[in-house]
This record gives sequence, C-alpha cells and structure tokens, in this order.
Amino acid sequence: MIRTPLRPLAQILEARSAGQNPDRIERENIRLRHEQMRDKLRQRAETRLLVLGVLFLVGFTLIGTRMTVLASSDPVEPQASASAARIVAQRANIVDRQGRVLATNLATNSFYAQPPLMVDPTRAASELIKIFPDLDEKDLLEKFTGPRKFLWIKKKLSPEQVQAVHDIGEPGLLFGPREMRLYPNGRLAAHILGGASFGREGVHSAEVIGTAGVEKAFDDYLRDPALDGAPLQLSIDLSIQAAARRVLMGGMKLMNAKGATAILMDVKTGELISMTSLPDFDPNRRPKPLIKGDPSDSPLFNRAVQGVYELGSTFKIFAAAQALELGLVNPATMIETKGPMRWGRHRIRDFHDYGPELSVTDVIVKSSNIGTAHMAINIGTARQKEFLAQLGFTTPTPVELVEAPGAKPLLPPKWSDISTMTISYGHGLAASPLHLAAAYATIVNGGTKVTPTLVKQIGEPPLGPRIISERTSLQARQMLRAVVTSGTASFGEVTGYKVGGKTGTADKPKPQGGYHKDKVIATFASAFPMDDPQYVLIVTLDEPSENSGTEPRRTAGWTAVPVAAEMIRRVAPLLGLRPALDPGDLVGVSHTRL
Amino acid sequence: MTEMVYGSVAARPGEPILPKWWRTVDRWSLTCVFALFGIGLLLGLAASPPLAAKNGLEPFHYVSKQAFFGCVSLSIMVIVSMLSVDLVRRLAVMFFAVTFVALVLLPVFGTDFGKGATRWYSLGFASLQPSEFLKPVFIVLSAWLISASQEINGPRGRSMSFVLTCIVVAFLALQPDFGQACLVLFGWVVVYFVAGAPIIVLLVVAAIVVFAGMTAYGMSDHFARRIDGFLSAEVDPTTQLGYATNAIREGGFFGVGVGEGSVKWSLPDAHTDFIIAVAAEEYGLVMVMTIIALYAIFTVRALHRLTKERDPFTRLAGTGLAAMFAMQATINMGVAVRLLPAKGMTLPFVSNGGSSLIAGGIALGMLLAFTRRRPQGEISDILINRRA
Repeated sequence: MIRTPLRPLAQILEARSAGQNPDRIERENIRLRHEQMRDKLRQRAETRLLVLGVLFLVGFTLIGTRMTVLASSDPVEPQASASAARIVAQRANIVDRQGRVLATNLATNSFYAQPPLMVDPTRAASELIKIFPDLDEKDLLEKFTGPRKFLWIKKKLSPEQVQAVHDIGEPGLLFGPREMRLYPNGRLAAHILGGASFGREGVHSAEVIGTAGVEKAFDDYLRDPALDGAPLQLSIDLSIQAAARRVLMGGMKLMNAKGATAILMDVKTGELISMTSLPDFDPNRRPKPLIKGDPSDSPLFNRAVQGVYELGSTFKIFAAAQALELGLVNPATMIETKGPMRWGRHRIRDFHDYGPELSVTDVIVKSSNIGTAHMAINIGTARQKEFLAQLGFTTPTPVELVEAPGAKPLLPPKWSDISTMTISYGHGLAASPLHLAAAYATIVNGGTKVTPTLVKQIGEPPLGPRIISERTSLQARQMLRAVVTSGTASFGEVTGYKVGGKTGTADKPKPQGGYHKDKVIATFASAFPMDDPQYVLIVTLDEPSENSGTEPRRTAGWTAVPVAAEMIRRVAPLLGLRPALDPGDLVGVSHTRL
Repeated sequence: MTEMVYGSVAARPGEPILPKWWRTVDRWSLTCVFALFGIGLLLGLAASPPLAAKNGLEPFHYVSKQAFFGCVSLSIMVIVSMLSVDLVRRLAVMFFAVTFVALVLLPVFGTDFGKGATRWYSLGFASLQPSEFLKPVFIVLSAWLISASQEINGPRGRSMSFVLTCIVVAFLALQPDFGQACLVLFGWVVVYFVAGAPIIVLLVVAAIVVFAGMTAYGMSDHFARRIDGFLSAEVDPTTQLGYATNAIREGGFFGVGVGEGSVKWSLPDAHTDFIIAVAAEEYGLVMVMTIIALYAIFTVRALHRLTKERDPFTRLAGTGLAAMFAMQATINMGVAVRLLPAKGMTLPFVSNGGSSLIAGGIALGMLLAFTRRRPQGEISDILINRRA
C-alpha cells in the first residue's frame, strides 16, 4: 500500500512561504480523500445492502410460502404417543361351534381426572360420590387438590354413568375410549373362557389381555392384528353347554355334592362339546383367587381339567381292554374273585362277595376289584404302565387351556406290583376327568388315540395312532353296555340311546394321609349310543350323598349315574342323535273308515 | 434556485422540530410500526386472556398493560427519532454502558422466573430483560467503532468492536440465552459486512458460528433437545410446535374467527413466542401475510434509504438495527412454521411484553432517526464530478 502523506510537502512549503496556515491545507487534503473514500465505500455498501435486502425478502417469502402451504393443509388431531408403540386394543371374538358369541368386545369409557384442569374440585368430589357411592369423598378431594396431575378413577363406565359425569360439567374429569371384554353368556363356559383384563393402559386405549382359560392360551392369536379380527371358534356348543350345566347344577344340589364336573367329548375328534365345572363364576366379574386354603375350593378351580382325582372303578375297563388286547383273556374267561385277595401285606376287598370266580364281562359289570387285580397282575407292571401312558394318563392333557399343563396326574412314586393292582381299579393314580374322557373315547371309538381339544376341528381329522384293535374296542363296548343294562349303572339307561359306561366310587384321600370313610368322588364314565359311539360323557360328583334312603348312599350308581342319564336324555336330542326306539304296538288307536 | 433544481437541501434554518421531523422521517416505516403495534394489541386481545385467567387476573390485564407500554414505547420511538444522529450516537453509547453493567450483574441480582435461565430483573410491577435493551445500543456502538476505523488515522475500531461482541455474546451465553447471543452476533456481522468486510473473514466467522453451535449442542441439554425436536421428521402434535403447526392449519386462509381459536389455551407462550400461531388460527393466512408484508416493507424501506446514506456511521448503525429487527421477526415466524429450530424469541412490536416493547421502541426510534432524509452532499458530488 502506498501511503499518501498527510501533509503534501510541496503545498505546505508553498503555503508557508505565502504566510498561510499549513494545517488548513492538511485538513483540506484529508477532506478530499475522505470524500473519495466515502463514495467508494458507499458504492460497495450499496451492493451489500442490496444483497442484505434480497436475503431478507427471500426469508420473508419463504415464511409466507410455508405459511400458505401449512394453511392449505388439513389439521391433524393432536394425539399422544405418536412415536411410542401404539397399544393395540382390538381383540378377536370367541365363538362357539355354531358361531354364537362367547366373548366379544364392548366400547366403553375409562374415567380419569386431571386436577390441574379442574374448576371446582370440592363440587366435583361431592358430585362424583352421588354417582359412584363406592368412592371416598375425602380421598377424592385430597387427590384432586394435591400435586397429582393425573389419576384414574374408574376403568369402565356405563353410558349412563358417562352422562352423569358429563352433567357435572367439570372440565378436569375426562374419559378415554376403552374396549372391554364382554361374556354375554355369563357363567356358561366360564372356566373354558377364563377371563381378560386390561394390560398396558393409556388414555386413548388399553390393551385387553387374557388372564385365564382360552383367553390366555390364545392371547397372541386373539390379539394378532394380521388375522384382522377373525374369531376363534371353539368346539363348545353353547346350547349343549347350557343344558349340561343346568342338569349338572340340579344333580349337584340333589346329590348334596360340593362340586361337580361334566365333560362331553366327541369320540373321534376329541372335540369338547361341553365342559362344565361347578361351582363356577361369572367371567365378567372374575373373582379374586383364594389367598389361603385349598385353591380347589375356589370357584375359579376347573375340576374338569385341574382337578386330579383317583377315579376308582372307571379304570377297570382299561385293565380288561388291555387283557383282551393282549389275548390274556376273552370276555367269557373266568377270573378268580375269591376275597379277600392277599398280596404281601396288602388285602384287596370287593364291595360285595362275588363268589369264587366271575367272567371278565361280569368282573366289569359287577365291578370286582379282585378280578381286575388278577387281570392286572397277569398284564404286568411294565405293560400296564405303557398302556396307561398311551392313553395319556402320565402327562398333563394337551387341551388348550393355560391351566392344563399345571394339572399333572399323580403317579405312584414307585410303580410296584401292588400299585399295578390298585391302579387297575382306579386307586393310586390320580388324573383329571378330562384324562378319563380322552381315554374312554379311545377305548370306545374303535381303538384310536384321541387328543382332547377345545378348538373346532375343520373337516374330518385323521385318526390317531391305534391303541387297541377294533375287536377289543367292540368287546369293551359290550361290557360297558352290560354295566348299564345289568350292572352297577342301571340308572344310566336312557331309552333309545343305548348308554354304556362304568361307574367309579373312590374314597377321597385325607390331606394328612389315609382315606375318608364318608367322602367319595363318584364318577360315571359313559358313552352313547353304544352300537356306534359318538360321544363320551364323564360326570364326576365331589362328595355326593344321596339321602332318600334310610342311610346315605354315595356310590356312583346312586349319584353320578342318574345325573349323567338325565344329562344324556337332555343333550342327545340337541346333538342330533336319533333315538333307536322300537315303535311297539299301537295301543288305544282305532282305525276309522271313511 | 439551486434548491429548486436539485431539491436536496433538507435543512431549513429556523424550521420547527416537529414539521422538520414529519418532513424528513420515513412515514411509510412509521406507518408499518404503528400497524404492527395495532395488530399486536388485537392479537393480545385474543391470546392473553387464557394467561390472565391462569394467573387470576382480569381478562384484559395483559392487553391494557401492552397498550400502556406500547404508548410509552411509541412515544420513546418518536422522541428518539427526532434526535440528531450525533445525539443518538452519544446517548446510545452511554446507554450501552448502563445496560452492559446490568447484563454483567444479572447472575447476582437477576431472577430466572423458574425458567432455567437468569435473564430478567424483577422490578415487582414488571420484569426487565437487559439483553433486549443492550441489543440496539450495542449495534450503534459497534457501528460507531467500525465507522471510526474507516477514518484516516482512525482507531482500531474493528478489533475493538469484535472483542466487545465476544464479551457480550459470552455473557449472553452464560445466562444462557443463545437466541439473543445469536442475534447480537448476527447484528455485528451485518454491520461488519456492510462496512466492507473481506469475504474470507466472513467465512471464518461463519465457521466459528457453526463450531460454537455444535459445541452448544454437545454441552447443553436444553439446546440439544430443541435441535433434536427440529431435526425429527414428524412433529409431535403435543409439543408447542405441534400445536402451533396445527393452529396454522386450522386457520386456513381466513381463520376460524375472532376469539374462536383454541391454540391459545394449549400454548403457554401463545401471547409471546407463538403469537403468529394465534394470528394464523383466528384471522387466517390473510393476517399472517399482512404481518409479513409489514415487516418486509419496513425492512426494505430502511435498507433502501440507507443505500443513499453517505455517512458511514449512520449507514452501518441503521443497517444493523434494521437487520436485527428483521432477523428477530424472521426467526420468530420461522420457528412457528418449523423452518428454524425452536427458539424463544418475541415477534418485535407484536408480541406481548413490556421490556421488549420499550427496547423495540428505542431501537426503531434510532433507526428512524438514522433513516431520516438528510443532505447527502449530492450537490458537492455533482460539483466534484463536474470538476473532474
């Protein structure tokens, strides 16, 4: 940079010689240079100011454009949890085999408060008490005036309640949409359905999750959005379930039993047409589980699946069937029944003395423990164990209930010869009535394995593996039929339906060991019609006592059998079975000639 | 005769102050400011009753307060705009000293009103934000320093103003008030830019700003959250921004109607930072466009007048003030439409708020004083050219 001297020397000298003040020249010089610089600066500044102005105009235009774009787009509803995982509230219906609704959803409202929005908490609390007498006014007021910003008041509200709360006119009381699970049939099929409750909850929706039964076992299926709400179809038939429950309830009362269960199963597919356990509950208001005491006393306890009992003489048919299958006996083979039978320290007795020997059929018909024990000892421990395992008695039932895997059969810790003998007549092995139903279905259906299921089977499912031959199955059926026609289950005869079955009366074990003298589990395992069995029906009464005689009668023949017979009488027509009736002679009808 | 020919002699000896002011002041800009203030009052009528209700005051408490402060502010503006440039400069420099001390003493005497940043002095009846007052006078001081450095044998004004800027920005960032810090920095950069900054220096400053921004992002959660909220693709409708966006959408072209808007109930800052959303919801795009147009007219007119200004100080100071004013409006509205990350900044002269209003009055008063028509030596220019 070339520096211009501030005092142009030539001029200064000239001025000095002229006697003028040189400072004036210097000032003038500076002024002129300023003038030039200023113009240069202004020109540059002009461009830069122009740039600045254009930049701002662009900025304002951008904002204006963006405003226009926004103003011409549609508003969206502000909703919480836009980014958080959405709560899927939809849950598929559960229907019976005819498509009738067993469980569905109902739109309702949850009710919450936001105290910061409240205008008059005192009034809100006092008005709420009028609508919900179960709330505590003091407690509510405390919460409304406290530091809390949000609190739930009720999970489900009826439309009337919603209106009543609206009428309070308090802006801090708010509702969230909810889907609640509804069981329109109440107690019917309560144990099968189980129940549902809210899982994760938000203001705008809540998860409905299964808590028991099918609802829990199929929870993922029911909540699967990919299925688009396709209902879960159960094998249960609602009208048969209703009829069976009604009969069972009556029978339970009549027989003074404290509990009862009935299982109706299709012998070929293993579909459960009806399954009832009493006492039951309303799944819409599922009771709390018992904290203390025996959980099996709770109405939540599903006796059909969870209850493992020694099922008594109903087991005898398994020993007979296996002996027949193995060729050890034929139905007419005479078996020693002289009692008491001694085996080591143990003695086996019969209810009555049946003489020195009985045919295999009569052992079943008269229900001889000794005869069955003799057959069992001939079969042997290993083979019996294997046979019972094939029938499913050693593992929990695979039925689709969350409770099922927990109900393990109680097997003898050491399967000795005496165990083999006692198990052959139903003592020493405890299993659920559902186990028994599946095993009976196998015995009577021609000999193929049956797996119990609660889901309606589409079409004709393939037969299970063969357990016994057709021939053995036929012979077993004839024996079971004979039990009804001429044996312990004579009350089980239902005209036209050829019922066959086996009774079982087992003393209840005491928790501290040994057996009760006057408490029994009475079971009637039946199938009908016996010429071509379609259904197996198990009726089990817990501590029944039939008191119409001089002394209480507790045997299954007097308790479970009449209940089962009544049930078949009611249910068989509903199942579409045609009674095989002999029309007989027409009496009291006169023919007229026109 | 000369005057008639060139029409440029502004000074009439012995002319009274008011007619002279009226003749020389930019009446368009003045109109814009008054219009903006009027709109501010109108929007305040809509936006502030919810806040008044929340604080248990009568509904139009904030509006009457705004009207009072507005009158004070506009009076200050008119009075300041009547002053001569030299007087404005002297007063501004003195006022800068006062506000700077106030800013420095903030950590000791200030309050944060529970908002996490100590920016205010509580005076009981009103709160005072020193940075609002500091901004315009700082610009004037910087312009003075930089213009002085352009004088022959002048002081090293550029370096001095740069150091000053750094100190002020540091104090603002300490509060923390990154918005005001950015604004101050921006004002200084504009002044420097117009003063003829080399492009390379501007690039270096830009780099420093970016680096500082990234550091702030790393250091301050407060800051980081806002940036993250801006960068996320979808706006969460329950945030302030979501409500604002929705309000603009609800408003459409002609608004939902006076007093019918709902965003003022959801947004805690409806009467200040998001007043544009209230305007958009209740009066529609028409009102928003009017507001933007008023700001644009004001800015463009001020800059246009300054291009003719010969005095470097006046030009620089005026440019700085105009740019800061326009920038603040741009940032406020840009945030509401999500062009810029969320930043608490008031819409000058429209938003509710006493101290920002009065500070705005001072700033615009000075700007109007700088943009008044003055003899710009056109005749001497012609004479010089003729001589050449």
